[in-house]
Amino acid sequence: MQMLAVFQYPFIQNAFLAGSLVAITTGILGYFLVVRGLTFAGHALSNIGFAGAAGAVLLGVPPVIGLLAATVGAGLAISVLGREIRERDVAIGVIMTFALGLGILFLSLYHGYAEQAYSILFGTIVGINRSDVWVTAGLSAGLITIMALVGRPLLFSSFDPELAEARGLPVRLLGSLFLVLVAVTVSIAMQVIGVLLVFALLVGPPATAIRLVRRPASAIGLSIILGLVYTWLGILLAANSTWPVSFYITTLAFGIYLPVRYLSKYRMERNIPGDRASARSATAESIQAENISNMRSSPDSASSMKGERHA
Amino acid sequence: MLDLFQHEFVRNAFLAGGMVAIVSGLVGYFVVLRGQAFACEALSHIGFTGATAAALLGISSLVGMMFFTLLAAFGMGMLGKRLRNRDVEVGMILTFMLGLGVLFLNIITQSATTAVNILFGSILSVTQTDVMVTIGAGLFTILLLGGLYRPLLFASFDPDIAEARGVPVQELSILFMLLLAISVSEAMKVVGVLLVFALLVVPAAAAEHLTHRPLSAIALSVSISLISTLGGLMLAFVGHWPASFYIVSLTSLFYFGSLGLRAILAPRRFKEPSHPSREVFPDAPKPG
Repeated sequence: MQMLAVFQYPFIQNAFLAGSLVAITTGILGYFLVVRGLTFAGHALSNIGFAGAAGAVLLGVPPVIGLLAATVGAGLAISVLGREIRERDVAIGVIMTFALGLGILFLSLYHGYAEQAYSILFGTIVGINRSDVWVTAGLSAGLITIMALVGRPLLFSSFDPELAEARGLPVRLLGSLFLVLVAVTVSIAMQVIGVLLVFALLVGPPATAIRLVRRPASAIGLSIILGLVYTWLGILLAANSTWPVSFYITTLAFGIYLPVRYLSKYRMERNIPGDRASARSATAESIQAENISNMRSSPDSASSMKGERHA
Repeated sequence: MLDLFQHEFVRNAFLAGGMVAIVSGLVGYFVVLRGQAFACEALSHIGFTGATAAALLGISSLVGMMFFTLLAAFGMGMLGKRLRNRDVEVGMILTFMLGLGVLFLNIITQSATTAVNILFGSILSVTQTDVMVTIGAGLFTILLLGGLYRPLLFASFDPDIAEARGVPVQELSILFMLLLAISVSEAMKVVGVLLVFALLVVPAAAAEHLTHRPLSAIALSVSISLISTLGGLMLAFVGHWPASFYIVSLTSLFYFGSLGLRAILAPRRFKEPSHPSREVFPDAPKPG
C-alpha cells in the first residue's frame, strides 16, 4: 500500500486518468490494427506525429493541430499509396521517413531543439494537467462512439474483404476511415504518453489478447483490460522509482506477450481444430473455388490468383 | 565550394557517406525484394538500444549497434521466409527494444542530446577511425553479397523452388539478415536511427519501379542512394539545414518521381490486387 501513496499528487491522478482513457481507445483500435496487418502503419503514424508536433512547435500553434494535420494527412496518403499489398510497407516507410526528415528540419529551426525532440518522442506523462485530461476524454469518447458504429462492418471487411465487398460494403472507404481514426488516436495519445508508447499500447495488448481468446468481442475486451493494467502498473512503478514509465509499459507488454505467444501456439497446434484457422481455410477454399470459376471465364484472373497466393 | 574539402571532417563525411550509400543501395534491393522493410525498420530501432547501451558503457556506439543488431538479425534470420507475415512479432520486439533504449538513456545523464544524435545521425562528427571501419565493413559486405548474388537472388524470388533445387534458403536468410544488420549499423551513423529506412529501402523501391532486371535495378538503386547522400551532404554544407533532412528529401523525391514515371511509362503493367487489407494469419493452414 506504500506504493499507492503517490496518488495524493494531482499530476499522478491526471496521468492515471489520461493514461486510462488512452489505453481504452488504443485497446479497441489496436485490435483492428493487428487483425488488418497494419502494425507497421501504426508505427509509422506515431512517428509521423512527431513531425506534426515539431512543426506545431515551430509555428507556435497548439501541438494537437500539427499532430492531427500530419497524422490524418499521412493516414490518407498511406491508404492511397499503399493499395498494392507488396508495395504497402515501402509506401508507409517512405511517407514516414519523409515526415521524420521534415520533423528534424522543423526542430533544427527551433531553439532548444534536443530537449523538445526528446520530450515529444518519449512523452512526459507527468506533465499532464486537468484540461488535457478533459480533451483526451472528449476525443476518446468520440472515437469509441465511431468505432461502435463502424465496428461490425469494419470487422467483417478486415477478416474477409472479398465477401464484404460482394455484400456491398465500402471496403476501401472503411479502410481509409480506419486509418484516419488511428491517426486521431495517435494524435491524442502522443501528447499524453509520447511517440514510443503510443505504438506499445496500440500493438502490445491486442497482440496478446488475440493469442488468448478467439471471439473478436472478447479479444477487444481483453485487450482493453491488458492495456489498462499495463498503464496502471507502469505509472505506479515509474512513480515509485527513477526509471521512465515507457520502459515499464513496454517491458510489461513484451514480458506478457512472449510467454503467451509461445504457450498459445502449442495449444493451437495440439488439439484445438482452431475456429479461426478452419474459418480462414474455409474462406480460402471458397475464394479458390471462385477464382477457378472466374478463370474459366477470363484468363486475366489467373494472374490475379497467383498474386493472391504470393501475398 | 571545393574549399570545403580541405577540412578533414568534410572529407570524412563524404567518404563514410559515399560508402554507406553504395552498401545501402545494394543491400536495399534485396530488402525490398524479400519484403523485409519492416524488419529493416525494427533492426534500426534495435540499433538505437545498442547505441544507448554503448553510451552507457562508454564504448563506441558502432560496437553497441553491431552487437545488438547482429543478435536480433540472427533471430529474425532463423524465422526465414516466415518473417514476412510476422509483423506483430517484429513490432513487439521493436517497442520492447525502444523501451530498453529509453531506460538506458534515462540512466545516462546527458540524455537529450545523445538521443537526438543517435536518432537523427551525426555525420559531421564521423572520425577517421569511423571512416576506416565503415569502408572496411562496406567492402566486406559488397564482396560477400557479390559472392552470394545468384543463390540469394534465387532464394529471394522464389524460396520454395530454390529450396527444392537444393539452395540453402535458411542459411542464406540468416546470412543476409546479418549483412543487413551491419548495413543498418553503418547507415545509422550517417542518417540516424529514424531515417535508416530512407537509405536502405527508398532508393531500392524507387529503382524497382523503373526496371525489373535485377542488375539494372541494383545499379539504379546504388546510383539513387549515392546521388541523394552526396547531394544531401553538399546541400547541408552550403545550406544551413541538417544533412539528414536533405538526404531524406532527395530519396523521397526519387521515390515519388519513380511512381510518376512508372505511371507514364507503363500505365497498365502493374495490376493491383483486389483488396488492400488481406492478411495471412500465421497459424492458418495453406489452402490446397
